[in-house]
Parts: sequence; C-alpha cells; structure tokens
Amino acid sequence: MTTLLAIDASSSACSVALWQDGVVTAERCEAPRQHTQLMMPMIEALLARADVALNDLDALAYGHGPGSFTGLRIAAGTIQGLAFGLNCPVIGVSTLKALALQAHRHHHARFVLPMLDARMGELYTGAYRVMTRSDGELNIEQVLPEQVCAPGLLELPTDLREHDWLAIGSGLVMHDELPEVLRASLAQRLPEPQPDAEDMVMLAAQAFARGEAVPAVEAQPVYLRNEVAWR
Amino acid sequence: MRVLGIETSCDETGVALYDTDEGLLADALYSQIAMHAEFGGVVPELASRDHTRKLLPLIQQVMDDANVTASDIDAITYTAGPGLVGALMVGASTAHGLARAWRVPVLGVHHMEGHLLAPMLEDDAPEFPFVALLVSGGHTQLVAVRGLGEYELLGESVDDAAGEAFDKAAKMLELPYPGGPQIAKLAEEGDPKRYRFPRPMTDRPGLDFSFSGLKTHTMVTLKKAKASGEMDEQHRADIARAFEEAVVDTLVIKCRRALDKTGLKRLVVAGGVSANTRLRERLSLELTKRNARAYYPRGCFCTDNGAMIAYVGAQRLNAGEQDTGPMRAVPRWPLDSLVPPKSSGI
Repeated sequence: MTTLLAIDASSSACSVALWQDGVVTAERCEAPRQHTQLMMPMIEALLARADVALNDLDALAYGHGPGSFTGLRIAAGTIQGLAFGLNCPVIGVSTLKALALQAHRHHHARFVLPMLDARMGELYTGAYRVMTRSDGELNIEQVLPEQVCAPGLLELPTDLREHDWLAIGSGLVMHDELPEVLRASLAQRLPEPQPDAEDMVMLAAQAFARGEAVPAVEAQPVYLRNEVAWR
Repeated sequence: MRVLGIETSCDETGVALYDTDEGLLADALYSQIAMHAEFGGVVPELASRDHTRKLLPLIQQVMDDANVTASDIDAITYTAGPGLVGALMVGASTAHGLARAWRVPVLGVHHMEGHLLAPMLEDDAPEFPFVALLVSGGHTQLVAVRGLGEYELLGESVDDAAGEAFDKAAKMLELPYPGGPQIAKLAEEGDPKRYRFPRPMTDRPGLDFSFSGLKTHTMVTLKKAKASGEMDEQHRADIARAFEEAVVDTLVIKCRRALDKTGLKRLVVAGGVSANTRLRERLSLELTKRNARAYYPRGCFCTDNGAMIAYVGAQRLNAGEQDTGPMRAVPRWPLDSLVPPKSSGI
C-alpha cells in the first residue's frame, strides 16, 4: 500500500491531498495570505479524516513552483520539517504540470499550455501533451521547457501548433499580449483554475513509483525567476 | 529539557541545542553576509531563499555535533519575530513541521528577548535585574530587565538604528558592507581632535536615540572636505573617528542615564554593535567609576545566532509555554508587550 501526502501553497489557495493506493482525498481553501495559519491544521484534518498517521506516509509531496515565492517556501519549509522529522523522502511537483493534469482531468484536454501570472509583465509557463493510456495510466510529456518570459515571446513547438490547445491559469490575464500565431492555436481558455494538491498527489504517485523521491533537504522551491536583486 | 532552537529572522541561519541542565550542547551558524555585501545591504528575497537551503543541514550538523538523535530532543523553538516576514516563515514552517513529526511541543519566541538574555549563556551570567542596551543594525534600545518576560522599554531610536548609521556612514566613506567593523578599523588611524560631530539628543533629558542627523552631518562634512580638495586617506580616517566617537559617546551617555534612572548596577550590552572595541572600553571606564559592571555575550553571540533562541525558548517551554495554534511569523512585535511565561492550554 502506498500512502502519499501532497500540499500546495503556490497561489492564493491552500490545498492538501492524500493518496492511498489510487484513492485520492483532498481539501482546498481559497485563503490569500493565510497559508501559515491553514497549512498544518488542513494537513491534520485530512489525515484524521482518512485515519492515516504521519508515520504511515511513504513520501511527502509539495508544489515546488513556480508561484508565490513566500507560498513556495511555506510549503517547502513545512515539508522539510515533516520529512526530516519522519525520516521520509520528498517529491517536488511542478505547479504548471499540475495545472496541465487538471485541464486534462476536468476538460479532457490533450495539449495544455499552463500559464501563471509572474507579475512584472511576465509569465511562468511551459507546455504539456497529456494522454490517458488504454490501461488508464496517465502520460504527461513536457513539450516546452518551463520558463519565465514576456508573453509576446512565447512560442509553441512548430510541429504541434496545429493542435487544439487549452490555455489554463492566471497568466491568461496577459492573453492579449501573446503572439497572434499562438493565440490562433488556443481553442479554449480557462483563466480561473489554480494549481491544486489533488493533481500533485497523482503526479507524485507516478514519481514515487519511478523511484524519484529524494531526501528532505532537497525539498526546495523551483522559482524560475532568479533575478530578484539588483546591484 | 533539551531544546532545538532555530533562528531565521534576517540574514543569518542559526541552529542550536540547549539543555536546561547541561547548558549549550551545540550551535551552528550560516552567515549570508558575503552574499548581501554585493548589494550593499540585506536583500529580503535572497535571505529567505538561503534559509530554505541552509536550515536542515544546520539542524543535522547540530544533532551530529551534540551526538543526539531525534528521540533525545524534547521541544523545538524558533524566532517568531520581529524580523523579515519571509525569512521568519522559513524557520516557523520548518519548526512546526518538525515538531509535528517528532510529537514534541513547539514555541515561537521574540528575537530581541534572545539578544537580551544571550549573556545568560556565559559562565559569568548576570543576575536579574539589569539594564540592557540592545544595539544592532535593526535596533537601538535601552531596556530594564527585571526577570524573564519583565521588560520595560526605557528608550529607543526614533529613526535609524546605531548599526544602520554605521553601515550608511561606511557606504559614504566607500567602505564595504557591513560597515561597522570597517569604520572602527579606519577610525583607529583617525585624529579625534580634527572634528567633533554632534551627540544627538543628549542635550535634553530622556533615553531615546536619533542617528539620522549624524548621518547627514557625516555626509556634509565629507562633501566639504571633497570640495576643498583636501580629501585624503587621513581625512577619511579622521571623519570615521569623529563619527564613531559621536555614536559611542551618545550610547555611553544614555547608558549612564538609564543606570541613574533605574538605580541598577548591571548593564548587559548585546547586538552586533556591542562588538565595537571603543564602545566596550568607554563603557567599562564609565561603569568602573560608578561601581557597576557590564556583561557581554561572547563575540559570536553578539550577532544573530541560534543559541540565544534555544536558551530563551528553553526557559519558556520549561515553564509550560507552547504554541497552541498555527506557526507564527510576526514582523513587528514590541519587546515590552512580552509577559513572563504562562502555561498553555488553560
């Protein structure tokens, strides 16, 4: 039996999810700037509801970013403390990949362009091809590297432009600034959804099965934007 | 009771283990000063990122150094404030995660209370009550300390902290960051008679400080010297000397007044500026005259460190205090709002 916990604080929402051999239970709360207040109580409530003890967990997953720097650190810090204390490995999950899975699960999208508002006129983005194989297994392939970039510079891989793409995430506030050729590829736009631990725990289960869990100290955020100070 | 202490309020990651019977078992510190020096001051985002990288390795190091395992640790304490909010959250979230995993109590404590009581880590610790001068890059305060959690703020800076003034004056003198030790070094070569800078707010009663005018005075003096074309290395040293003399003199005058006002004979000096040699010399002269004594934490505990947090947390946890709610990160938190330890869950 594999039991995994995932948490995410990368956006204005706080979410937690539990994986028990394919059965997912999740909790989510829209709570800007309240992650420090909510994270641990939400974890405890979810574990209690499923009658799972912390010691039962095989690995701890967290939304590693990109997203709110502070939120990423609250999740990473909480996971570092828990995982170090439990002597349990960790799995970092991309918030963009989680959005891609969300678009696939809820909207059956196969070509997903997740984008998050990175402020300062830039996007955090990447592109994914998502398929559910005949055996029910999810196959998620990254077809554009995750990056922080100005919307006007974003390009889809040439050979995939003809497909119907679904764009998802807060970055769509910059839709009008995307290149016209890219906008032409977007069949659907979902600006509202945010990354969610529910999708992350599923991605974490795949990663765990592939043996990708790492020691607690490696529970680090992936900010993408690394120019944050100016001389 | 054996307590793990975590400090991440600014630009140093500190971790220590303190035992209420055996004293300090281990402490480790990672200073980010070199990284921030490039930018001429602390960059909060970079500070937070570094804490997230360094905290767990330091916890592991302290446990290894003290030769303890998780089951030997009875509680966890962390700096809940004041400080940079993003940096505080790193320590707070990790401490709460760890406490939950180990099933031990956890408590967020006040950073300045740590500094106040840092001399308690020494063999020759002061007894209560005493007056404390907290003097660092972030704070300049005089506090009457009557016991754990019994603090009366006697005076504080109305603008820049003394350490901040040192850093800013150093920048004007084109010295590297952090400027305090650099100014002190340059001042050694300076002629104390060339300039006399003002001693702000000493001409009127009261225990408050102001250092921003001194900064302006330094800038004006520098400009005049440059305009007159007589700026050389000696001149820079003379200005550094006049600046340092003015800050030290002001601090000494206010300490004297604080001891007069409270009638106390013990003075604790803590915070980064307390490492300044001229300040120590002048204070010990002054205190000897009045049959009083100064207490300093050892050099490495003058600046931010995990040991002082572990110490303060241990005192309060041992008295039954603990966080009953979620993690806390409180960027602004007045020292005199603290109270003696109170048991939780009542």
